[in-house]
Amino acid sequence: MTSPSPTRHSWYEESARGRLAHLLDPGSFTEFLGPERREFSPHLGLFNLPHQLDDGVIVGDGRLGGRPVLAAAQEGRFMGGAIGEVHGAKLTGLLHAARQLKRDVVILFDTGGVRLQEANAGELAISEIIRATLEARAEGVRVVGLLGGRAGCYGGGSLIAGCCSALVISEQGRLSVSGPEVIETNKGVEEFDSRDRALVWRTMGGKHRYLIGGVDLFVDDDVAAFRAGAVAALNRPATLDHTVLAAEQARLERRLARFGDTADGTEVWARLGVADPAGVPNLDTGAFLTIATSKREGADAAR
Amino acid sequence: MRPADILSSLFPAGHQVTEAGGLLTGSGRLDPQTTVEVVGISGKTYPGVDEALALAGRILSIADRPDAAPLLFLVNSGSQRMSRRDELMGLSETLAHLAKALWRADQAGHRTIGLLYGGSAAGAFIATALACGSLVALPGAWPEVMDLPSMARVTKLSLDVLTEKAAGTPVFAPGLDNLFATGAIAEIWDPARPLCDQLKALLAATRDDDGRAGWGLERGGRVKAAAIAREVQRLALAHG
Repeated sequence: MTSPSPTRHSWYEESARGRLAHLLDPGSFTEFLGPERREFSPHLGLFNLPHQLDDGVIVGDGRLGGRPVLAAAQEGRFMGGAIGEVHGAKLTGLLHAARQLKRDVVILFDTGGVRLQEANAGELAISEIIRATLEARAEGVRVVGLLGGRAGCYGGGSLIAGCCSALVISEQGRLSVSGPEVIETNKGVEEFDSRDRALVWRTMGGKHRYLIGGVDLFVDDDVAAFRAGAVAALNRPATLDHTVLAAEQARLERRLARFGDTADGTEVWARLGVADPAGVPNLDTGAFLTIATSKREGADAAR
Repeated sequence: MRPADILSSLFPAGHQVTEAGGLLTGSGRLDPQTTVEVVGISGKTYPGVDEALALAGRILSIADRPDAAPLLFLVNSGSQRMSRRDELMGLSETLAHLAKALWRADQAGHRTIGLLYGGSAAGAFIATALACGSLVALPGAWPEVMDLPSMARVTKLSLDVLTEKAAGTPVFAPGLDNLFATGAIAEIWDPARPLCDQLKALLAATRDDDGRAGWGLERGGRVKAAAIAREVQRLALAHG
């Protein structure tokens, strides 16, 4: 799952449709409410902005390693993958179906969060998606999130990811609520310099999230690696009950007790026992996993 | 209304709700038979990892109890705390965990009711008020995803232009009426009537599945969501 293939095909650079085509078994994907149905956002015209016929998200079903799944892919190149009324409702509908069919779901995240031009509808859609995700999980459905898109996974999108049963991330994946620009705009460049890309990776990038147990699997920025990661994530437990949530509470409290006074990712990694924390960003996937596997905080399905 | 006035109107028989560090915690008596557990965020506090975990811990301990005491979540918050430390520690996981704790309490038989009496915004709004099984509000509440001046900066439109556009649609601008129209809020309570009566009426009504898309349609603030979600669900089930 982690060895770089000789013909690496970047997940980050791919479109949402391209990612789905590489992720699922060849020819197995069927789209629901595709572009031909022309269900685009009714709100962008007010802002003289162009719409997209699928509203920036593709939903459907297919097979992954022979196993039937429902799948959704956000297109980060359309409005930063932001979630509006139609985009959000497509995800909610898919998750409602997952609950009824008791079928696992894979979500290919690539989103800056709520779409501001339809902020109220988008915010509420995210709340509905979260509830639908938890209701599906209560029926034993696995909801796997893949994090490696160009827009990252920010804002309300990061809260949806936090409700998934398992998460797969690449080094390029970024997972956080407030994005770098938002923190800098509100709190000043002293709090967060959004142009410092190394700081962004150390604070919210894939390696840091994997080391603190914020995600379950770390893979190369490669479509085949994401496919293998998704298959592995679909084999992880999906239980969501009081025991799991009590374990998550303990896990997150332990994280704060252990690292809560640190100021930088490198300090967290040093405290984990990583010998050369400053060198972590330069490690290739194989070398990183060798170190991370023995040192990281695991989530142990407490998610 | 101030929290003290809200609590005395909710619990004429008395309450033990205290505030510390921007968080409310305690319980009150709705009537001699009914105890209501109370949590909350007050004083426009911006919840970060510490506050979210403290709230989730208390909510999970209530969820685990065999009784069926309702859980009232009073909300007057800012947005999520925007800081390097909070994101370093995994704020997205922590806020999601808070939303899961509220869902779990509801599922375990403790009705969760959000009472929005002030502000709330962005990720904090999603993980608190919007994560409750039912959300009610008092007039004067001010929910927002992002304030208009910030929105003007991001969308590169002038504040005047945004304000003009906001007059024609509830879909993007802040405010209680707009969030009500999209279906986020079940009821706006009347502060002139005892809040205990309004809470009792809410608890007496059975709670259905997530009906917010239907309200958005009825109220004209979010007219496509319900049909789109239903159509995707139908197509998925039909395809088997």
